[in-house]
Amino acid sequence: MSEKKLAIIATKGTLDWAYPPFILASTAAALGYEVQIFCTFYGLQLLRKKMDLKMSSLGNPGMPMPMPMPVLLQALPGMQSMMTAMMKQKMKSKGVASLDELRSLCVEAEVKMIACQMTVDLFEFNTSEFIDGIDYGGAATFFEFAGESDICLFI
Amino acid sequence: MANFDKELDATGLNCPLPILRAKKSLSEMDSNQVLQITATDPGSVKDFEAFAKQTGNELLESSEDSGKYVFLIKKS
Repeated sequence: MSEKKLAIIATKGTLDWAYPPFILASTAAALGYEVQIFCTFYGLQLLRKKMDLKMSSLGNPGMPMPMPMPVLLQALPGMQSMMTAMMKQKMKSKGVASLDELRSLCVEAEVKMIACQMTVDLFEFNTSEFIDGIDYGGAATFFEFAGESDICLFI
Repeated sequence: MANFDKELDATGLNCPLPILRAKKSLSEMDSNQVLQITATDPGSVKDFEAFAKQTGNELLESSEDSGKYVFLIKKS
């Protein structure tokens, strides 16, 4: 069986949106795929040593709420932290893996992660904030792998 | 109950953990050995079929007993 390839662009930096790239990457690796995740803009949060990602319901009317809540209330100080705590609690009770666990599994399975150099510079991230073993590159770097991939996802 | 060489308890775990744990267990086993997996995630039924098909490991058995799903996978 020749190795298939999965290329993912991760652009989101909220707790919920960090899941799809890591779930798909780790599963694909388990199925024998060679996987690369190119992290750009807010997706760079996925590469920080301390991921500390938050939930936000703002601009997301599709998010199920325990009770109906006006948007203005959702914007109050402390709401984001509260929703983050509630979501983490719920995930734990349902046996959903933590992001740190999924990322470790990706690293273990040799999923290659690339930080977009332009956005690292744009947001003035220090590379020491990121996990070890990642690469830095630009769009051309992404296409080198993506151009030969069997599946390419923008998340 | 069929014979198996190794057992994996994936109860309480949700997608994709049962698959990832199974993959890890299989990688520590020899060819033709059988892994038994117990899971509670209903999605794992289809997932283990797909996993077997794509990795070439054979799904010998897939059964359900009062909310528990049991799979037997033979390593290729």
